[in-house]
Amino acid sequence: MSRYLLDKFLFTVDRDAALVERYRTEPVALVAWWEAQLANKILNCTDRERSSWLALTEVERAALQSHDHVKLFELGAHPFLTLTLFIAMFERDHGPLEYQRAYARAMEHLQLPYPDIST
Amino acid sequence: MATVAAVIASTHHPFYYRASTSVGPDRPPFADEWVAKVEAFRDTLTRARPDVLVMVGSDHFHQLWLDNMPQFLVGKAPFFDANFYNEEREFGLPRFTLRGQEDLAAHILRNGLDKNFDLAFSNELRVDHSITCPIITLRPEADLPIVPIYTNIFAPPMPQPHRFVELGRAIRELVESWPSDLRVAIIGTGHLSLELGGPRQFGPHGPDPEFDRKAVEWIATGNLDGCLREVTLDSLHSPGNATHGFMDFMLMMGAAGDGKVADHVDSLDLFHTMEAYFTWYPEGVPA
Repeated sequence: MSRYLLDKFLFTVDRDAALVERYRTEPVALVAWWEAQLANKILNCTDRERSSWLALTEVERAALQSHDHVKLFELGAHPFLTLTLFIAMFERDHGPLEYQRAYARAMEHLQLPYPDIST
Repeated sequence: MATVAAVIASTHHPFYYRASTSVGPDRPPFADEWVAKVEAFRDTLTRARPDVLVMVGSDHFHQLWLDNMPQFLVGKAPFFDANFYNEEREFGLPRFTLRGQEDLAAHILRNGLDKNFDLAFSNELRVDHSITCPIITLRPEADLPIVPIYTNIFAPPMPQPHRFVELGRAIRELVESWPSDLRVAIIGTGHLSLELGGPRQFGPHGPDPEFDRKAVEWIATGNLDGCLREVTLDSLHSPGNATHGFMDFMLMMGAAGDGKVADHVDSLDLFHTMEAYFTWYPEGVPA
C-alpha cells in the first residue's frame, strides 16, 4: 500500500503538460518510466539526493496503467488529483461536463464511508 | 492601529471567470444572474475602502505537497505570482502578479507564533485559485497588496474545526494590533457541500442542499456554537468529500466574531455546488 506514491504520480504528471500527454497516449510505458525515474525523486532536493524505498504495488501500477479512476478512488488516491488529471486527458473528447458526469456515474456503486485518503 | 474595514467570506468557484467573460453561445444561461450577484458582492468590498487585503485560502496541491505539508502558512514576500498551468488548462484562469504587504505578514507571523499558532511561512509563494478567485470577483483591478494565509483543508490529518475558528479570531486581533493607519479587509474563501472526484460530483445542485442551508444560516447569523456542535472532521465527509473546505468559512466566522450577523448575505444555487457570499462591517455599514 503506497497511497503517497499514487498521489505523487498524479501530482507530478498533472503539473507537466508533456507528461500529461504521454500518460494519455502511452500509459503503460509512462508509468514504468515514471516509477524508474521519478518515484524516488525528492521533489525539493537535487537529483543526487534520492529516496531509496518507494515502489508501487502491482494493483496500484495496474490501476494507473489502465487509467482506472474507479480503482484509484478505491485505493485511496486523492480524488482531487485523479479528477484534475483525468479531466486534462479525457475532457477533450466530450461535450461540456459530459466527461465529469460519466466519471461520477462509473462510481455510482460506491457508498459512504469512502476509502481513506490519508497518507 | 489598523482598521478592519470588512470581513468577507465566500465560496471560490474557478468556473466564474470563464462563465462571466464568455459571450454568445458559449455563455451559460446562469451567467448573467451570477455576474449580478458577484457585482453586488464586489460593491461591499469597494464601499469598505480597503488599503490591504488579508486573504485566507488553501493551496490545491500546486506548490504545497505531501513531502512537507504545513497546516497553516503565511506568505511573506514583496510579490505573489498567481495561478498555475493546470488552472489555465482547466478553468482558463489568467496569470497575474499581486503585491505583498510584508510588514503586516511579519506582524502576523511574530505575534501569531506568540499566540501559540505555530505558523509556517513562505518567502516565495505562487498563489492559486483559492486566492485569485476572490481577487477576480471582489477586486479585479488586482491593485491592493495582500497577505495570503493558507490552511490545510485538503490533506489529512487536518487541524480540528475549532482550531480554524480560533485562528480566525487571532487573525482579527492581529490585524487590529498592527501599528498602521491602513484599512484592512480580511477575506477568506472555502466551500459549502462539495464533492470532487467521487460519485456525487457535478450533480444538478451541491451534493447536500440541507447542509448548505444550515451552513448559510450558521454563517449569516454568526452561530459558531451551533456550527461547532455539529461540525467535526468526521461529519464533514458526509455532505461531500471536499466539504472540509467549509472549515475556511468557520475561520472567517471566527474573524467576524461570535454572534455577529452578516451585513450582506447572498447565495446562488448552481449545478455542482452552491455559491455563497457574506460581508461584515465591524465599523458599521458604510454610508
